[in-house]
Amino acid sequence: MLPEIGQFSLILALFFALSLAIMPLVGYWKGHQLLLETARPLTFIMSALVLMSFVILAVSFLTNDFSVLYVSQNSSIKLPIWYKFSAVWGGHEGSLLFWVLILVGWCSAVALKIRSLPMDIGPIVLAVLGSICVGFLSFLLFTSSPFVRLLPDTPPDGGDLNPLLQDFGLIVHPPILYMGYVGFAVAFAFAVTALITGNLNAAWARWARPWTACSWAFLTLGITLGSWWAYYELGWGGWWFWDPVENASLLPWLSGTALLHSLAVTEKRGVFKSWTVLLAIFTFSLSLLGAFLVRSGVLTSVHSFAADPTRGVFILGLLVVFVGGSLFLYAIRASQVRSSVTFGATGREAWLLLNNILLTVLTLTVLLGTLYPLIFDALRLGKISVGAPYFNSVFTPIALLLIVFMAVGPLSKWHKTSLNSLLKACVIAAILAMLIAGGLVYRFEFGWLAWVCLSVASWVLLLSLADWFSKVTAGSKGMIPRARQLPRNYYGMLLAHIGVAVTLIGIILVSINSHDSMLRLSPGDKVSMAGYEFRFDRMEQIQGSNYVSNKGQFTAYQSGRAVAVLYPEKRFFTTRQQVMTEAALDAGFTRDLYISLGEQLDESAWGVRIYVKSFVRWIWLGGLMMMAGGLLAALDKRYRQRTGG
Amino acid sequence: MHPQRQKRLLAVIAIVLVLGAALALVMYALKQNINLFFSPSQIAMGEAPSKTNIRAGGLVVEGSVQRDPNSLAVSFQVTDFQHSVTIEYQGILPDLFREGQGVVALGQLNEQGTFDASQVLAKHDEKYMPPEVSEALKPVEKPAPVATPTYY
Repeated sequence: MLPEIGQFSLILALFFALSLAIMPLVGYWKGHQLLLETARPLTFIMSALVLMSFVILAVSFLTNDFSVLYVSQNSSIKLPIWYKFSAVWGGHEGSLLFWVLILVGWCSAVALKIRSLPMDIGPIVLAVLGSICVGFLSFLLFTSSPFVRLLPDTPPDGGDLNPLLQDFGLIVHPPILYMGYVGFAVAFAFAVTALITGNLNAAWARWARPWTACSWAFLTLGITLGSWWAYYELGWGGWWFWDPVENASLLPWLSGTALLHSLAVTEKRGVFKSWTVLLAIFTFSLSLLGAFLVRSGVLTSVHSFAADPTRGVFILGLLVVFVGGSLFLYAIRASQVRSSVTFGATGREAWLLLNNILLTVLTLTVLLGTLYPLIFDALRLGKISVGAPYFNSVFTPIALLLIVFMAVGPLSKWHKTSLNSLLKACVIAAILAMLIAGGLVYRFEFGWLAWVCLSVASWVLLLSLADWFSKVTAGSKGMIPRARQLPRNYYGMLLAHIGVAVTLIGIILVSINSHDSMLRLSPGDKVSMAGYEFRFDRMEQIQGSNYVSNKGQFTAYQSGRAVAVLYPEKRFFTTRQQVMTEAALDAGFTRDLYISLGEQLDESAWGVRIYVKSFVRWIWLGGLMMMAGGLLAALDKRYRQRTGG
Repeated sequence: MHPQRQKRLLAVIAIVLVLGAALALVMYALKQNINLFFSPSQIAMGEAPSKTNIRAGGLVVEGSVQRDPNSLAVSFQVTDFQHSVTIEYQGILPDLFREGQGVVALGQLNEQGTFDASQVLAKHDEKYMPPEVSEALKPVEKPAPVATPTYY
């Protein structure tokens, strides 16, 4: 009975979403106050209905209701209880319901905050969000209902959750990532509202900014978590694979980063208006494209759900409707949005313009590499894949250039900056940075690429700190009161920029200073690597709740002293008849020791992969700093005090 | 020139330069890093180039996996039920590598007509079949394993 209620409340939610998409717009058209005011209650009812059906699906999982097809495919009696809960979003149908739940969550958050907006803006934003809900709810209901039943022959046990997903990473990674993806729907709704009402001013940018910063922060955290999860769970020791689905999350991040910066210019200076609107549309479109790539199975990826062409066609339809519709609106309305202010060639506007150009180029190159196999196939030129070297060789130089300029932007002032003072600071910082990097490269015998990257990273750190220092020491007040007076927005930017430098240091050191080897080892064998000695102590069999495992024990010695004991496992999941590698890690601030097991080669010998990865944690530490920076910027006081109409 | 026009011209030149440089980089990098897929039949008929990075894939032939007793070297055959090709690999195979399972290998054909793989991929969902592999199997009118659920 319960699953039917879940299905029914989804259908009801679709009806409420439809009314939400239509009624406020009619109200706006006809100047009907009452219809405009329906937007908030409709949003709340729709959200409650989606929440109810999500809770029902979760209950079905927790009570082992295998009469529900989706539950029987993604759970089993022996599955530990926390994975039963996370299995709710472990497959296509449930994760789509979860996607919709987060979408309505954002809608409700907007509805709660809407009072600070002028009366005719808020309801339109909600109506646009409502139309996105209509799209996704109908996608869910018509192609991928999670409540399909297996009656009367209910299986006694389920097929179990994909072992790869039975992990802490899966509990946290998708929700956070979806928060980011879906959050850009809010920026999109603001942009479309601006086009509908023709009301695009500094106030508009001020409303859109905290929402964009917030979803950007979530997306940053989601990508960081995904990278960390792939690193320890996939057993290859890599932290980024340029897999199409990883790219799908990177694309909205890149264009979202551009949006974040161009919104700042629009708010402060009233320029780049139509470009900002276009970026907001593109960012959300790239989120939708990501959904399409993951769920249609058109590209070969480790993340692919089992392919189903009808789903792909449906999302492609949604993509066409939303992108086409908003671009059409843009085409007919954007001419009304004109910037009248000019700016100087060395002012902050110019630096942020450069930021936007470079980020857009990065987005396009990643997009091209990701979609190239599809284009190639569509033209019947053959089946290809684009290798990681493409992305590395294109992405690296452009990203480095971007990071170099990233450090200069904050030093400049709006409108016009004297080139002399800017040049002076830059030259000093550049010389210092090159010397620091040169010293490091000389000491550790790295190559020239490391020198370039380390110079760029130290340049960012030096200029960021120098800028903070000059702001704090300016004026007659003491340093501490000055430091506290600086807006959160500024600290957010500083933190995020330093985070980029930290990630860059992590990336360069892990790429050039890591050691790895694949070996054939039996218990008792010893290997030396990068100043460590690893001993394969023993191998034992253990019984888990839904798997049996071969668990190895390795001890790592450094100059004769044991520094870590590692337990890599090879698990065999009995229900799915599937083997899973559990890598063992000894994490550290400057290095990770990483061991994963391959196959058993004979009675005693195993294939073993051992890595010593230097500074790999810094990649994610930088990601966390960027996220914190985004949140800090979103929480700036200015956004809360102002009440619009 | 009018200062505003001058600025606009500067901005346009900057955009064109950056885009042009990026485009050149992209074209060059794409040319180097496209890996075409070939089925065992195409390889048997000599359609695949040797000494170029390509991808090959199909189903792993039952009983064809042979391991070297002293190293991590392994060889196996993949088939599309008409022809098969021998793949040689040094290293650890992925978890989902199994006889009868679809795999894709990245590497080069050598003079002996065997395939030296630098990477072997088997996907992480056993229901999931690399599209190239299911495509390569299609002409044989054999139901691709992707259509039959392996569990209930």
